[in-house]
Amino acid sequence: MGSDANPLEALYREVILQHYQHPRNKGRMEDAAATIRLTNPSCGDRIELFLKTSPDGRVEGITYEGQGCSISQASASMMTERIRGLSLDEALELAERFHQMLRGDAEAAKDERLGDLVALQGVSKFPVRVKCAALAWEALERSIEQVRSPQS
Amino acid sequence: MDARAVRRHFPILNQEVNGRPLVYLDSAATSQKPLAVIEAVDRYYREQNANVHRGLHTLSERATQALEEARAKVARFINAREPAEIIFVRNATEAINLVAYSYGARLREGDEILLTPMEHHSNLIPWQLAARRSGARLRYIPMNPDGTLDVTDLDRLITPKTRLVALTHVSNVLGTINPVAEIVQAAHREGVPVLVDGAQSVPHMPVDVQALDCDFLAVSGHKMLAPMGIGFLYGKRELLEGMEPFLAGGEMIAEVDLERATWAELPHKFEAGTPDVAGAVGLAAAIDFLNDLGMEAVFQHEQELVRYALNVLREVDGVTIYGPEPPRGGVIAFNVEGIHPHDLSTVLDQEGIAIRVGHHCAQPLTEALGVPATARASFYVYTLPEEIDALARGIERAKEFFAHGIRR
Repeated sequence: MGSDANPLEALYREVILQHYQHPRNKGRMEDAAATIRLTNPSCGDRIELFLKTSPDGRVEGITYEGQGCSISQASASMMTERIRGLSLDEALELAERFHQMLRGDAEAAKDERLGDLVALQGVSKFPVRVKCAALAWEALERSIEQVRSPQS
Repeated sequence: MDARAVRRHFPILNQEVNGRPLVYLDSAATSQKPLAVIEAVDRYYREQNANVHRGLHTLSERATQALEEARAKVARFINAREPAEIIFVRNATEAINLVAYSYGARLREGDEILLTPMEHHSNLIPWQLAARRSGARLRYIPMNPDGTLDVTDLDRLITPKTRLVALTHVSNVLGTINPVAEIVQAAHREGVPVLVDGAQSVPHMPVDVQALDCDFLAVSGHKMLAPMGIGFLYGKRELLEGMEPFLAGGEMIAEVDLERATWAELPHKFEAGTPDVAGAVGLAAAIDFLNDLGMEAVFQHEQELVRYALNVLREVDGVTIYGPEPPRGGVIAFNVEGIHPHDLSTVLDQEGIAIRVGHHCAQPLTEALGVPATARASFYVYTLPEEIDALARGIERAKEFFAHGIRR
């Protein structure tokens, strides 16, 4: 991002548009341990997240179905790539880092564990779009809750 | 109508947003306010403010007079028989909730309420709740593929169990102008009253409640140049008199003892608590402003804009437009192939262009269109054809941006 960077280009980084056009890990999972469906009532973005854990408590599989804007879909796609293989605690920590970055916390955005997700930093400058980027992560947090709750 | 001259009365339009002149195409969400309205509210608080209907002092009399003059003005604007048929509320949503609660109290299990699939949530959810409370059923007049209502089977849809028909006059998404007078006639043949959601019609066209013969009409002031927080319900006297109050408290009683109370005369029975007098004064100023323009001229201006916009947007590759051919309301819902409405809105906002995106509080309708969301441009008395050109250029820019991604 140069000093003359167009705010749109700061928002729609190339990697975001790539994930939007070519989403990773999109699809349903039949043997998911947790399935969470969330919508953003103000705009109709939808996500359904499927999560499966390995016997040692790591994210073994994570996929999503949904529809929405480029930001919400790219965030979901990039999240699934980043989360697979993490322990549930690590996944929750990363989610917290991500939310901090969306709130404009520049320190959080330097966390190397975010990887490509740092491309979504520009969303913090567009308050009405923060919910779009956060939707998949809220679904992740609820999925982990579901996996851990004794009823399920 | 000279929209360029009209614009000079709207200070908010004369500003830059994100470094570009503001192009405000979201009047169906809320209209901007002319100086006459802003100044009327200002003057009220500087010179007239006091609580109404109770004080015997001069200021209270002035405030009461201002409120009642506003009521009379509203009554004349929609040609109600008398001011007592106008109930001040916050907005159309509250007006419909009032009817759903107070008229809805007579609903019984098995009764039917007839709606349409193009209702704003404000004319859907109150009826869902009323149905849940009473065991009544919601039924729907079907919609044609072009976004008009299919009224061919109306006589069969209105059954001996139908207790009320509630429908929007103009769709806030499709712009469809529904044949309200015809539907009212069919309903009245069966003795069924009709509530009309006038939120998108009363600001934009002449509406005469006696000509339509509707039984209730719900209107938001903020969509017709007035401040936010004031709206009104029109109801026929005989119906309003037969209904119990919606909200209870001060102002709405005749006599009270520790066990019971009797209700004040119309319209006060339905106006518990201190009303938004300044809002009513602003609404009266807005009606004066609209009357000076002439509602027929307002309607014609918007028809010209809609025709122009349909022509311009149809020239843009990849644009799908929803809704019927004109005459229709001054709203155009559309989608651009390959660009989600949110992303479109963000790009347009960078160009200073304000549109609405999402489901426009009409989720069942958006689903009927088979899309997750739409973009919507909407017009009013101050909208210029050049602003529609700016929208078309903004769409082209968004297409270029998302087709080629980031350069440099």
